[in-house]
Amino acid sequence: MKPFRRVTARAAVLDRADVDTDQIIPKQFLKRIERTGYGEFLFFDWMKQPDFELRRPEYADAGILLTGRNFGSGSSREHAAWALQDYGFEVVIAPSFGDIFRTNALKIGLLPIVLPAEAVETLMHAVAGGGSLTVDLETQQVTGPDDLVVPFEFEAFARESLLQGLDDIALTLKREAKITAFERSHSAPVDTTLLPA
Amino acid sequence: MAPQTLFERIWTSHVVVEPADEPALLYVDLHLIHEVTSPQAFEGLRLAGRRVRRPDLSIATMDHNVPTEEGPITDPLARRQLDALRQNCEEFGVPLYATGSGREGIVHVIGPELGISQPGMTIVCGDSHTSTHGAFGALAFGIGTSEVEHVLATQTLPQRKPKTMRVNFDGELPPGVAAKDMILAAIGQAGISGGVGYVVEYDGPAIRSLSMESRMTVCNMSIEWGARAGMIAPDDTTFSYMEGRPGAPAPGRDWEHALDQWRSLATDPDAAFDRELTVDVSKLAPQVTWGTNPEMVVPVHGEVPDPADYDDPAERGAVERALAYMGLAPRTKIEDITIDRVFIGSCTNARIEDLRTAAAVVSGKHVHPSVRALVVPGSAGVKQQAEDEGLDKIFTAAGFEWRRAGCSMCLGMNPDILQPGERCASTSNRNFEGRQGQGGRTHLVSPALAAAAALAGHFVDPLAVGDAA
Repeated sequence: MKPFRRVTARAAVLDRADVDTDQIIPKQFLKRIERTGYGEFLFFDWMKQPDFELRRPEYADAGILLTGRNFGSGSSREHAAWALQDYGFEVVIAPSFGDIFRTNALKIGLLPIVLPAEAVETLMHAVAGGGSLTVDLETQQVTGPDDLVVPFEFEAFARESLLQGLDDIALTLKREAKITAFERSHSAPVDTTLLPA
Repeated sequence: MAPQTLFERIWTSHVVVEPADEPALLYVDLHLIHEVTSPQAFEGLRLAGRRVRRPDLSIATMDHNVPTEEGPITDPLARRQLDALRQNCEEFGVPLYATGSGREGIVHVIGPELGISQPGMTIVCGDSHTSTHGAFGALAFGIGTSEVEHVLATQTLPQRKPKTMRVNFDGELPPGVAAKDMILAAIGQAGISGGVGYVVEYDGPAIRSLSMESRMTVCNMSIEWGARAGMIAPDDTTFSYMEGRPGAPAPGRDWEHALDQWRSLATDPDAAFDRELTVDVSKLAPQVTWGTNPEMVVPVHGEVPDPADYDDPAERGAVERALAYMGLAPRTKIEDITIDRVFIGSCTNARIEDLRTAAAVVSGKHVHPSVRALVVPGSAGVKQQAEDEGLDKIFTAAGFEWRRAGCSMCLGMNPDILQPGERCASTSNRNFEGRQGQGGRTHLVSPALAAAAALAGHFVDPLAVGDAA
């Protein structure tokens, strides 16, 4: 994973709650076996609607998405996080996220930032019409126009992994001896290779 | 020892290591795999030169994009994805229940059917409805593709410990009201993000009197209110369902030993949850969703809401948007809403009991002339059993299409989709915009209500179907 430290980019506002992953990337695009190329299908159905927020010209090169609570609810499809990243977003800021979406985003270096609803609203107002924000993971601050500074919380281990761009599978494999020891005292109940073929 | 919840018992017994300031590393007993969320994970292994650590704790099937009509797969992308799964399973030694093997089916239907979803286990799958397996007293949850790769490579997952919630279903379920109605009502009460951050244990007299398959329906929809997982402590209902299944412990000493262990899997009477919620089911009516998420639900005798009744502009806007998408006027009576399609299927409601319930409603009657209705069994095994019981004949005589197993119109990755504007009574789990096909309008209901609506051509209480049809 590419390290994430700090990004300055235009922020797009999608002021809707409960945006589910079916909207972010509809099912017909889940048949591909690659990890890339989903950006052009982001919000596929909504993008066809003339008044859809992300179609506004001032959001064309947005890198930060400001949105409502429970963003990324529903299906576990990591394609949703891939599509946002491939489209150009590096950060999503919302009052809350769907659990699986949030984990998926962290795993690929798309920064999911949780802020209180009022703080998200403040940021939305601050960038109305196409303003830019700076998101700094090291100092854990979002800064914007007119000396706006909004601090955010971020879980320490996930922050460190993102700052260093760590491969968490490699990290776990360093604990292989512990996994093997665990397996000696814990036998999983089912051997799938012994089931009827 | 301090009193523990069922979740804490399972969690504690699966922590491999819990380094300070890091997530716990949780061991995975069973990894279920399907064609849609796995190809990039296997490719990741290949690129890094890694192997599947425990193919013997993994099993794959084909479900999401398989066609349910006889004949070859005509969609080249779907075929490529299914071929990729086949090749990946061969290359990495993962057992595969492929289409046509007679053992394939929706991943959350075949786990329990095989008896490999067992009490006390940790189970993961790259699918948000993995919570289904929690009905057996397992800790089962959905993961993304990066995590699928992690489990393939290490058989573990770094996990932050979630909070715990108990939902007590009190009272006795009235006739004609089902597990689907219980969970829809709970989601309506708690809201679609009410469960975020929690593992939920469902309990109470109404849960205890449910069959295993109905318990699976309840746990299946845990993700629809954002919960990490849903679970139900195992009891004699669980054990008698499992006994004799291919993956269950062998009769005799193994089985007795397993029973001893499973009986200890309960929440201690004085264990504390972070949150408790009570849902009284004694006056519950069959539920119908009217909007574009599962929280937007009312009783079948009720009506669609009026945005004017909402003070909060954000809420009002959401209701207006949902009604516009659904093509419904404020205060429309649910029973006045006519439908074009009926879908009986999905990991929520395509097990044998669901099909028996629906068949009992439609037996000797006929689907309304303006409705096209589909039954898609949850697995090849369910399909076979239904045919052995003659249910397929009942459905086809009533004008239903009888299909092969798969996820089908629950998410419409295969050819089974709604056309724009079509309205569907569906036994599936999500009524999101476009879920069953772009522009399609989904109303979530129980199998009995879906069957009754197929006959009447509009939503109707299944108990009233004799008069309505």
